[in-house]
Amino acid sequence: MTSTMQANTRFFTFASPPRFYALAGKLIPWLWIATALLAYAGLYIGFFEAPTDATQGDAYRIIFIHVPAAWMSMLLYMVMAFWAAIGWAFNARLASMVARAIAPTGAMFTVIALWSGALWGKPTWGTWWVWDARLTSELILLFLYLGYMALVNAIDDIRRADQAGALLAVIGSVNVPIIYFSVKWWNTLHQGATISATAAPKMVATMLTAMLLMTLACWAYAFAVVFTRTRAIIAERERDAKWLSGVSP
Amino acid sequence: MTWGSAAEFFAMGGYGFYVWGSFGVAAACMLVEPLLVIRRHRAARSETGENS
Repeated sequence: MTSTMQANTRFFTFASPPRFYALAGKLIPWLWIATALLAYAGLYIGFFEAPTDATQGDAYRIIFIHVPAAWMSMLLYMVMAFWAAIGWAFNARLASMVARAIAPTGAMFTVIALWSGALWGKPTWGTWWVWDARLTSELILLFLYLGYMALVNAIDDIRRADQAGALLAVIGSVNVPIIYFSVKWWNTLHQGATISATAAPKMVATMLTAMLLMTLACWAYAFAVVFTRTRAIIAERERDAKWLSGVSP
Repeated sequence: MTWGSAAEFFAMGGYGFYVWGSFGVAAACMLVEPLLVIRRHRAARSETGENS
């Protein structure tokens, strides 16, 4: 019992904005180094080791940014909805700040997924865009991110804004499984999942390695940017607090 | 090695526009976003300095 409580104390220590601010400040440089190294390795393998695809030629290389960006767009939405809900349920200030910090990065990955998808669709399907289930639900994801950002910025009272945002984020999270399973549930132009937990990947090993390295690079990037934005939000909210002037930026 | 020359690499088998268009915009987004965030953090910190 006592040991559990101690573990809890230690775990929740970083739920305090000053502690998080200091810890994130130490982690961010390492996250940028990890981003650069992983992206370098992923791009090198993707462009110099992975062979040209037999059916799609070199157009398939768009996969190395398209799939990681699309995965991040869905993952970040779920993480954002999770922290928004935690912030709402337990009145945890830092959780709501993290949710706010995730939204723009998630929206950016959604834009990259849609953009690279359009540039991949043109040479392979003959069209930039179709209103099929996968593409449409991903576009709705972008509107959910933008709606969340507009909503929390439109309400001046921070706690009320966080609550309204959390409600929108949680309701909108129903869209994420729809995106993920859209290629199974409906007849779509978009191809099915390249990788699944139950079947062997339908890719050459070098292609798979490059895609996974790029995904890890996007993870490190997202952590670095979201931590930096969370620190910015903390600094904006606590600008009059004494502790802040004692911590290095 | 897949590529015979630099020109071949940039041509991407005729798909250069699509491949570099995808990676170019992604790279631009992933360079601009951190710069904007770092600027936002700096702005918040400099206001802190004035108040203390």
